[in-house]
Amino acid sequence: MPDLLIELFSEEIPARMQKRAGEDLQKLVTNGLVDAGLTYGSAAVFTTPRRLTLALGDMLAASPRQVEERKGPKADAPEKAIEGFLRGAGLTRDQLEERDTPKGKILFAKIEKPGRPAAEIVAEVLEQTIRNFPWPKSMRWGAGNLKWVRPLHSILCIISDEAGAEVVPLTVDGITAGNTTRGHRFLAPDEIEVTGFEDYQAKLARASVVLDPASRADTIWHDATNVAFAAGLEVVEDAGLLAEVAGLVEYPVVLMGRIGKDFLGLPPEVLQTSMKEHQKFFSVRNPKSGQIERFITVANRTTADEGTTILAGNEKVLGARLSDAKFFWDNDLRTVTAEGGMETWVKALENVTFHNKLGTQAELIDRMATLSHELAPLVGADADEAEQAARVAKADLSSEMVYEFPELQGLMGSYYARKAGLSDAVADAAKDHYAPLGPSDDVPTAPVSIAVALAEKIDKLTGFWAIDEKPTGSKDPFALRRAALGVIRILVENDLNISGLSALQISYAALINSQLDADRANILVGDVDGTELWSRGSHVTLDDGETARRNDSEIAQAIEQGEIIFTDGSADHGSRIALPNEFASSVLSFIHDRLKVYLRDQGIRHDVIDACIAMEGSDDLTLLVKRARALSETLKTDDGENLIQGFKRANNILSQAEEADGVEYSFGADPKFAETDAEKDLFAALDKAEAKITPAMAAQDFSTAMAGMAELRGPIDAFFETVQVNADNPTVRRNRLNLLSRIRTICSAVADLTKLDG
Amino acid sequence: MSDAAQKPRSFQEIILALQGYWARQGCAVLQPYDMEVGAGTFHPATTLRSLGSQPWAAAYVQPSRRPTDGRYGENPNRLQHYYQYQVLIKPSPPNLQELYLGSLEAIGIDMALHDIRFVEDDWESPTLGAWGLGWEVWCDGMEVSQFTYFQQVGGHDCHPVSGELTYGLERLAMYVLGVDHVMDMPFNSPDAPIPLTYGDVFKQTEEEFARWNFDTANTDVLLDQFNEAETHCKFILEQPAEDPKTGKRIVMAHPAYDQCIKASHIFNLLDARGVISVTERQAYIGRVRALAKQCADAFVQTRAGGWTPEQDSAT
Repeated sequence: MPDLLIELFSEEIPARMQKRAGEDLQKLVTNGLVDAGLTYGSAAVFTTPRRLTLALGDMLAASPRQVEERKGPKADAPEKAIEGFLRGAGLTRDQLEERDTPKGKILFAKIEKPGRPAAEIVAEVLEQTIRNFPWPKSMRWGAGNLKWVRPLHSILCIISDEAGAEVVPLTVDGITAGNTTRGHRFLAPDEIEVTGFEDYQAKLARASVVLDPASRADTIWHDATNVAFAAGLEVVEDAGLLAEVAGLVEYPVVLMGRIGKDFLGLPPEVLQTSMKEHQKFFSVRNPKSGQIERFITVANRTTADEGTTILAGNEKVLGARLSDAKFFWDNDLRTVTAEGGMETWVKALENVTFHNKLGTQAELIDRMATLSHELAPLVGADADEAEQAARVAKADLSSEMVYEFPELQGLMGSYYARKAGLSDAVADAAKDHYAPLGPSDDVPTAPVSIAVALAEKIDKLTGFWAIDEKPTGSKDPFALRRAALGVIRILVENDLNISGLSALQISYAALINSQLDADRANILVGDVDGTELWSRGSHVTLDDGETARRNDSEIAQAIEQGEIIFTDGSADHGSRIALPNEFASSVLSFIHDRLKVYLRDQGIRHDVIDACIAMEGSDDLTLLVKRARALSETLKTDDGENLIQGFKRANNILSQAEEADGVEYSFGADPKFAETDAEKDLFAALDKAEAKITPAMAAQDFSTAMAGMAELRGPIDAFFETVQVNADNPTVRRNRLNLLSRIRTICSAVADLTKLDG
Repeated sequence: MSDAAQKPRSFQEIILALQGYWARQGCAVLQPYDMEVGAGTFHPATTLRSLGSQPWAAAYVQPSRRPTDGRYGENPNRLQHYYQYQVLIKPSPPNLQELYLGSLEAIGIDMALHDIRFVEDDWESPTLGAWGLGWEVWCDGMEVSQFTYFQQVGGHDCHPVSGELTYGLERLAMYVLGVDHVMDMPFNSPDAPIPLTYGDVFKQTEEEFARWNFDTANTDVLLDQFNEAETHCKFILEQPAEDPKTGKRIVMAHPAYDQCIKASHIFNLLDARGVISVTERQAYIGRVRALAKQCADAFVQTRAGGWTPEQDSAT
């Protein structure tokens, strides 16, 4: 059976797109061929910077003849209907078959589709593939209209068998398919004619093109580790970089170069970042000292001087890059070790806007400092140290190094903080307070870092909420979802109990104070007996610098409606600034929504979380998660699931009775009115459960509490099986309803079970 | 005439070699634009001429300013004022990569000894509302050029597509000449009666401008100038197409674009002064982009931009 070889030869394809492009080429072509009836035995795909290659083995030479049977009208149907059917099938009346069916004689048509030669099908499929290729980014060139990742130069498309190779007739936007390609751009640029895949791969190998990216990566890694090993060094592993570099060359040649002595004192992260980001160099480390001492670069060719010129060039470029980095490092060190230290940088942040409605970076830092100070005792940190850490955590934004390498923010801060003589806890907080940056990023665990990391995120949520920049749909320009998830993970993973509402209150007060101090709030509406009155409704309308004083009757009305915040006019308005309920619940429900996503990934249903959110104290996220986990585990057991049914039944009967009778049954169930054993058993079981649940709840041991509830399942089921709640005797009825109310109370300790689905 | 190059010995020889090479490839060799710009792309010969259907081929040197890159003339290869060599050909010819490699040979880079690479680098100019796909070209790990196929400029799709080449002249020349510090690079022939280095020409100005850019430029004045340029640009574009004096149709795309260039440069200065935050940056860039878009809209209403009288009568 014949083989198919396709090569799409273009200008340099970005390394990061090559793998996916190879997969897409294979998928689109093979799907297209198979859909058209052209099956094949094997498929292999290869990519280089300049080509996507697909080789199919044992492909059908033509699609098989297809016979389609079509059911028509009844044999005695009107002439018109039969004519229409014939026209659709392209047949005449005598070619139809009459078949007896339970519904009478029906006409059937057999439509034969002849097979099509492979070349015809391949041409169609490949053209469609090229025209609809899913590049992440594509472009036009010259005066043409075709889109490709970079200009497409040639299409090689041949079908070959023992008899020889045949070019598939195909032209896409002026590019006609042929049986030629080209070798390495510099080492073997001439045209090469090929007759099949093996011939193609062999000729390319002779023309200095290693077709298989895996084999290029292997060569690079093998040669790199060898040359490093020979020098007593080791290559710093970096799979992403390896794949990228393998996509930058057709003929890899590994060269190891030196890093100038002057630069070896730079932090290793600076060396690595600079070499990797700018130069795509691997770092080479001294295994004894852990220092990065050399680099490995991968050239795309051999040269007569064995790479001497190339290596010298690369060393020179690196020298220039690193002398820039060293310039920044030296300048920065001079600043932090001088008088003023990192404060100089914080001061400079007074001129840098964080957001035009939320003030400067320096104001942000003030708020973070206040909040960190307040949060510190709750997370086991020293309040003053946390405040100091918050004050310097963002100082490195003024540093020259971070200006040049923004990805080093925080990390540089911690280097500089140590050089400035600050404590390790403070230095670490600079590095850690941005964390977690992604769902798989570690959360900070050191108390001071936790305080500052929480402060950073809570202030962000409060601030952007206050100026009404909430995320909408897919838009979340200030990464508030990430901030909320960060707060959740820091608290839950460190098992910290903090009231979210108190934290929001502190953050909100800090925000309003900061807005007032900066004259961005226009909320002074007047004063009563020397106490200033501030309007709650407008305090975050920030653009209008004017003070909106109102007349006395307006003030009186506003006080009545709760729109007024009292302050005593001193510098600290904080203690009197109330967190508006609506604001608090809006932020909290946003956090709760993120929590649902977070817990859903851990297999906890959203209705379980809703049931727990409905409980008091659900602004303590750690507590909330404990409730949800306990409930979720219980629901997975047979007892748990049935308990919920029993609870719901009890609750429904009770609610209906309460509505009908207009009273609340909540007290006074007495075993002496119990008539049946099931009833008595339930009394006993409830007493027992209560004894177990009450201390468990006090210890926030929700699992034990839920286990205690689950034990009620049997008695509750038995009760409902044998006892008629709405007894004729009103005393017995009332007693039974009060008994149900005990079930409701006990079962509602951990979560509001009425919120559960099903 | 052969492109086989003699090894150049000075900065200016490299510039002359490029001028000669691209002249031989049929480009109109233009002169620098007489305004402060951040890059050769800002020259109207690129920005505006990449729009519309008219074919175009131009090459020129463009002095460029990047205030934040100033290092008082001390850094071996960072300058706040430097030269770019810019080539723009529309439509992009199919052998543009080969033409480009030819230009490297023309300035004395031996293709047999060096490692030339085309590394993904999509170009986007948020201030010009422009983007394109292409590469940075590496010679032994050194970025020596930008190579871009323009897809959109000033919010307009480019059709046909222009191929743009930008060479950072100092860096490229240092490489070719084997100089380690830009200030040591021979500017004219080392055998000239008065041999001058790059430092002789530019050390003084780099120091002065670094101080000015970073610490002295009056930000209040600059903020005013930014606003003035913006207002002025809009004012120019608001004028009717028909000139009341001559009665001719004169759409003033270029004068308006001058104001856009001005605003862009002032923004760069403000940025160097460190008074623009990340969030504000976006707003400023957006304002310059709005101007660039309006200028592009105006340019396609000119004859050079492909406008024909029939277009008007058709509407």
